[in-house]
Amino acid sequence: MIKFPIYLDNNATTPCDPRVVEAMIPYFTENFGNAASRNHPFGWVAEEAVDYAREQVAKLIGADPKEIIFTSGATEGDNLGIKGVFEMYASKGNHIITCNIEHKAVLDTCKHIEKEGGEVTYLEVKEDGQIDLAELEAAIKPTTILISIMYANNEIGTIQPIREISAIARKHGVLLFTDATQAVGKIPVDVIKDGIDLLTFTAHKMYGPKGVGALYVRRKNPRVKVTAQMDGGGHERGMRSGTLNVPGIVGFGKACELCLNEMESDAKRLSGLRDKLETALLKLEEAYVNGSKEHRLPHVSNISFKYVEGEGLMMGFNKNIAVSSGSACTSASLEPSYVLKALGLGDDLAHSSLRFGLGRFTTEEQIDYTIEQVANTVNKLRDMSPLWEMYKEGIDMNSIAWAAH
Amino acid sequence: MSYSEKVIDHYQNPKNVGTLDKSSKNVGTGLVGAPECGDVMRLQIEVDDDGVIKDAKFKTFGCGSAIASSSVATEWLKGKSVDEALKIDNMDIVEELNLPPVKIHCSVLAEDAIKAAINDYRVKNGLEQIKFEEGVVH
Repeated sequence: MIKFPIYLDNNATTPCDPRVVEAMIPYFTENFGNAASRNHPFGWVAEEAVDYAREQVAKLIGADPKEIIFTSGATEGDNLGIKGVFEMYASKGNHIITCNIEHKAVLDTCKHIEKEGGEVTYLEVKEDGQIDLAELEAAIKPTTILISIMYANNEIGTIQPIREISAIARKHGVLLFTDATQAVGKIPVDVIKDGIDLLTFTAHKMYGPKGVGALYVRRKNPRVKVTAQMDGGGHERGMRSGTLNVPGIVGFGKACELCLNEMESDAKRLSGLRDKLETALLKLEEAYVNGSKEHRLPHVSNISFKYVEGEGLMMGFNKNIAVSSGSACTSASLEPSYVLKALGLGDDLAHSSLRFGLGRFTTEEQIDYTIEQVANTVNKLRDMSPLWEMYKEGIDMNSIAWAAH
Repeated sequence: MSYSEKVIDHYQNPKNVGTLDKSSKNVGTGLVGAPECGDVMRLQIEVDDDGVIKDAKFKTFGCGSAIASSSVATEWLKGKSVDEALKIDNMDIVEELNLPPVKIHCSVLAEDAIKAAINDYRVKNGLEQIKFEEGVVH
């Protein structure tokens, strides 16, 4: 029996694994203590649970538990990592290098820093979504204190050459921060082997609960510090005040443990399903994969179906299948995806894109059904698309004086 | 954001999808919008010798609301005189389909498409183009 509705928007968020929920439950009720209460068993039990989770989280990324700062999620980690370095290392310089397909939590943090007197270079990405390493190195100056490049992109799944990036950062004595929200738990991430100084990720993208995440801050070679962005009780080695979200942290730890054990088999299975989906949908005329096919997360596929608008397309099956689109119409902004535009796609192709994000609970039957539904809807909408008709008649659409509105 | 039942119905069962012979003197064609804006509407009317619209067809690239707006517009056009057709206001479409504020531009596009089709018909038949005020909500 096929399970409806089908959830293929796992880059937005994932369901909690039932094993995660099971681990969390006692920490809402009987083990409700404050991990900072040092003088009674309620506090001790909570602290012990947090310590254990810290080990589980650290292990997944090859870190030491002392290097894990619990946060409310990846956005907080982006803010704390970037602003925290900018403030802590102000005497060394004020220049940050990032790229134009970063998540808004990074881009808007960088814009904030520009207002505070910082200087930010936004690298452009190549057609495949990767940055150009020579451009990165050329952008480094004596005042550069931080490189902030995401591990893998949320819309297209493109993985950046993190080891090459960290080698460049090391060579020039610049710190490397990475938003690894989409990568951790999906592909192997190792802060030592990858040469990462700061890294943020969140539980809810890896079958854990919402509202909890972590910032990895390297403790040696070099020892990195960030200026706290919230004042308070000095939790998390003074870098992040606020009572720890114990049940969330316990769930996060469990989610990390499951990913460590199951990531390899999950990735193998999901890349097989993803490839099946992609191969079938690319049989449609004028369908294109966005971003690198080679350097890509195993569970992600972003496809543009030319001459069909993304939101209109989703409407054909969104009662049964959840995906997302780079089309303007899905957001309040009416601007199509800046990530797709950064790859050099025209606005028309950006409007025509769908993102498929598979997950641990995706089945082959669901993929088969999705292939059928998406293909049928694309064909149906092309039959009512004036652009498709023009394309079929061989009319050059650039020759038409479109009234942009 | 969820869609109104009427939008869903027009999306699933669009009325009057198709193409009329644009070279015919009796056919007026309006092509409005732009691919980079995410919606393009082509609306066509066929006018008989008495100035009555006897057929209307559309093809639309766009979201469900854009498709539904054009579907409604073609339904309303059939049987109207050209002069009556000019009175179709985008807000009538908004009301008919319960469009939310972010989708009002779809109805504006449909109104523009009607006007463009009528002007095309007029020019073909030696009449002057009607000058319309710029749409307000674009």
